Amino acid sequence: MSTLDQLVYMANQIARELGGQCPDRPVAATRDHLHQFWDPRMRQAIVAYLDRGGEHLSDIARSAVAQLRETAERAD
Amino acid sequence: MAWIGERDLGTKAIAAAAPTMVTVRIDGQDVAVPEGTSIMRAAALIGTDVPKLCATDTLEAFGSCRLCLVEIDGRNGYPASCTTPVADGMVVRTQTDRLAKLRRGVMELYISDHPLDCLTCSANGDCELQEQAGAVGLRDVRYGYEGQNHLVADKDESNPYFTFDPTKCIVCSRCVRACDEIQGTFALTIEGSGFGSKVAASQNDSFLESDCVSCGACVQACPTSALIEKSVIETGTPDKAVITTCAYCGVGCTFRAEMRGEQLVRMVPWKDGKANRGHSCVKGRFAWGYANHRDRILKPMIRASVEDPWREVSWDEAIAHTASEFRRIQAKYGKDSVGGITSSRCTNEETFLVQKLIRQGFGNNNVDTCARVCHSPTGYGLKTTFGTSAGTQDFDSVAQADVIMVIGANPTDGHPVFASRMKQRLRQGAKLIVVDPRRTDIVRTPHVAATHHLPLRPGTNVAVLTAIAHVVVTERLADEAFVRERCDWSEFEDWAAFVAQPQRSPEATEALTGVPAADLRAAARLFATGGNGAIYYGLGVTEHSQGSSTVMAIANLAMATGNIGREGVGVNPLRGQNNVQGACDMGSFPHEYSGYRHVSDAATRAMFEEAWGVTLDAEPGLRIPNMLDAATDGTFKALFVQGEDILQSDPNTHHVAAGLAAMECVVVQDLFLNETANYAHVFLPGSTFLEKDGTFTNAERRIQRVRKVMEPLNGYGDWEIVQLVANAIGLDWRYSHPSEIMDEIAALTPTFARVSYDALDRLGSLQWPATEAAPEGTPTMHIDHFVRGKGHFVVTDYIPTDEKTGPRFPLLLTTGRILSQYNVGAQTRRTDNVVWHPEDRLEIHPHDAENRGIRDGDWVSLRSRAGETTLRALITERVAPGIVYTTFHHPATQANVITTDYSDWATNCPEYKVTAVQVAISNGPSDWQQAYQAQTERSRRVLPEAAE
Repeated sequence: MSTLDQLVYMANQIARELGGQCPDRPVAATRDHLHQFWDPRMRQAIVAYLDRGGEHLSDIARSAVAQLRETAERAD
Repeated sequence: MAWIGERDLGTKAIAAAAPTMVTVRIDGQDVAVPEGTSIMRAAALIGTDVPKLCATDTLEAFGSCRLCLVEIDGRNGYPASCTTPVADGMVVRTQTDRLAKLRRGVMELYISDHPLDCLTCSANGDCELQEQAGAVGLRDVRYGYEGQNHLVADKDESNPYFTFDPTKCIVCSRCVRACDEIQGTFALTIEGSGFGSKVAASQNDSFLESDCVSCGACVQACPTSALIEKSVIETGTPDKAVITTCAYCGVGCTFRAEMRGEQLVRMVPWKDGKANRGHSCVKGRFAWGYANHRDRILKPMIRASVEDPWREVSWDEAIAHTASEFRRIQAKYGKDSVGGITSSRCTNEETFLVQKLIRQGFGNNNVDTCARVCHSPTGYGLKTTFGTSAGTQDFDSVAQADVIMVIGANPTDGHPVFASRMKQRLRQGAKLIVVDPRRTDIVRTPHVAATHHLPLRPGTNVAVLTAIAHVVVTERLADEAFVRERCDWSEFEDWAAFVAQPQRSPEATEALTGVPAADLRAAARLFATGGNGAIYYGLGVTEHSQGSSTVMAIANLAMATGNIGREGVGVNPLRGQNNVQGACDMGSFPHEYSGYRHVSDAATRAMFEEAWGVTLDAEPGLRIPNMLDAATDGTFKALFVQGEDILQSDPNTHHVAAGLAAMECVVVQDLFLNETANYAHVFLPGSTFLEKDGTFTNAERRIQRVRKVMEPLNGYGDWEIVQLVANAIGLDWRYSHPSEIMDEIAALTPTFARVSYDALDRLGSLQWPATEAAPEGTPTMHIDHFVRGKGHFVVTDYIPTDEKTGPRFPLLLTTGRILSQYNVGAQTRRTDNVVWHPEDRLEIHPHDAENRGIRDGDWVSLRSRAGETTLRALITERVAPGIVYTTFHHPATQANVITTDYSDWATNCPEYKVTAVQVAISNGPSDWQQAYQAQTERSRRVLPEAAE
């Protein structure tokens, strides 16, 4: 599995778990998890993947990564 | 026997919180003692040692040697003082002419059948028989020595660490009782009767072939040299002792390192040790020979390429080279291109310094620790639910437990000293529930049998725990009062509604978990209604793609049943390595500082920035697997590894190797040229726990001192080496002793606020949090409220792992460890422990073996989607059909060639416990194994240091 494939898999895995644990806010919970535990280069890579279409991201993961992108853009 | 410097009061203290005191007069002196205390102990407390042989204060009184007779006013005869409790107003005489005559008579009989070789005996000067013969004034033996005796018998030297000489045995049964009462193995017995009585191991086997687990309790209990350490025979009796802490598992046993001059003679468990209460296992007690093993590297080495041989260099050159390489790489690839790994085998102080080096010196948070691959889900799960990344109890708590649930742990192998304490409680009547795919020894061991063993299919922990919760909720067994008071009620309602769904029931999940519904229901009822319920778990919980969820499911169950916040209950992670807890506490994770505070927390960061005089990175760093990914992607170029062997211990060896190979500078600081060092450019020789000062923190949050008993063979303690590197990259560290590092930790970490070497020396140990409110530490957590406030229930839906069996890989592999070896085996493989486990074996069920034409001992190939290795088969019903199991102690096997990249969703803890595999007959080592062996031999070539 390439690093990018690994990141996509991990993002989906996190989204799948937090979707069950936090049914009221699965996207925000996933975004927060990625923000708290992923190194910036990992976040940049997954955001770039979304920018290219993010084909294999689940719905929750896709929305969470989109929010990560917004957060990063605001920070810039 | 007990070391001459340690007092033996003859019988145990009375264990009662508020005992009734009685006053007794002994030899004219009044003494007040708890009711039930023996006369022998009461006398000892006022300085009167009644002669004794079969009595020792670590065992129940036995009353067989008849040496401790006393006279009691108003009573007939001469009762044994060890078995006779004091009574209020009792008047006792321990020394009278009549008693002296009786005792001499008893001693005459002993000595008439004992070799008179005291001057050449290995226990000369440290022998209770010799001492008591003197105490009773024995001057001659009227019976002579020519009669029938036991003076001709073969010595059993089969055990690598101790001998049994039956000619020296006085059949006091202390060894048998120690094996029974303390260790709980029941390997020894007194065979025969009367004059024919003799100590026998198992069915008259040699000690090595018997059920003996070499814990050393029998040797420690023996009053003569019948059982004695070979190291004492070779070196002589010790003349001084230093109290220190074992560097093996997370139990954290404290030992007396007994020395003769600068030479370590033996390690003997410290009676006052609060973690081990005077007990030990084969590793801590005996397996310290690696400290002087010929494989130890004592000089720093460097090389330009991993294809080159090593070149021995001076410390100055090695340190300067390391600093120069890290600075060069950061200048070329950016500050985030480097990082480091702290060690759970090293001290808190050393671990703290490594993460400080990376944060302060390298300017990033790329620091991780081996807890990544074991208990990182514990940190995440317990912090989420309770508010603290640690277990809730001390080990003593198990003595108050009524129902003990062991999930995914093999304590008799992985945490043997705690297992012995657990077995003591089980023999007293506590009930046991074991949730494990394998029939581990704790399921059925002498005088202990699990009430329920739930042999779940690997990977279904969450489904099983949810099914247990289903029973608790739907049968209205939850402790509603506790939950209402201590937890968030609405979260509980959500969780209860979830677990109560019909599809969570034992019946609905039986097909996927493999656990019979009726057994699961019975176990759930027992846990919820059986009194104090305590959960102990291990890596069978954490090392899954749902590791963190399983930890939270366990926390849910404990909260729902009210089993938190008092003795005898709780959620207790059994930590793997000696300082896993400490390494996590010390800020080894890439997202948090010491005390589990996130790097994005501005106030915490400001505190560290002020103390360290730099601006710190607010972004989380890379975890170990992420470092390796980044390395293969070209953005991570240098790694400082202290005391870890990620090539052998981490999953998917091919991936680890590729990551390491992609780096421009790998620094390994270790005792030996480990597997990771095959890919290293700098080797900095490390020091053993015997060679440095510091602290370890065990699984019960207990901080204990590690004390230097000898000078480091390499010239430096590990903390000193890190300081040299730090100063070489331009920092200005001036620690002169590890106590100063602990002072800094305490100043920067609220839960360590009252920790200091002075406090540790005064109190023996401290369980964090040690704060203003709890200056002597916190044995039990969450007593009145959870650290986070209200306990947090988390809905944990079962999500099957994506690692699937199928036609190509029809079996599930799970991995673990064995009693005699420790993790990657770097230490234990370099001791005589290899006699018990010279190689990794593949446990396979007879049914699966027969289907494949495999016989016991055959070489078999073990293949997964990640890789292939070969090892020999061990056919056993300990594993269920469809499951195979192996250990990962031997680099020749490299079991992690098989394991995959799947990991826990929250923490990336690898899914070691579930790998789909195929097993087939093999002719011998795989191509990869042969290539790896050749690479290892090439990599370990060392050129001598060039002449100055």
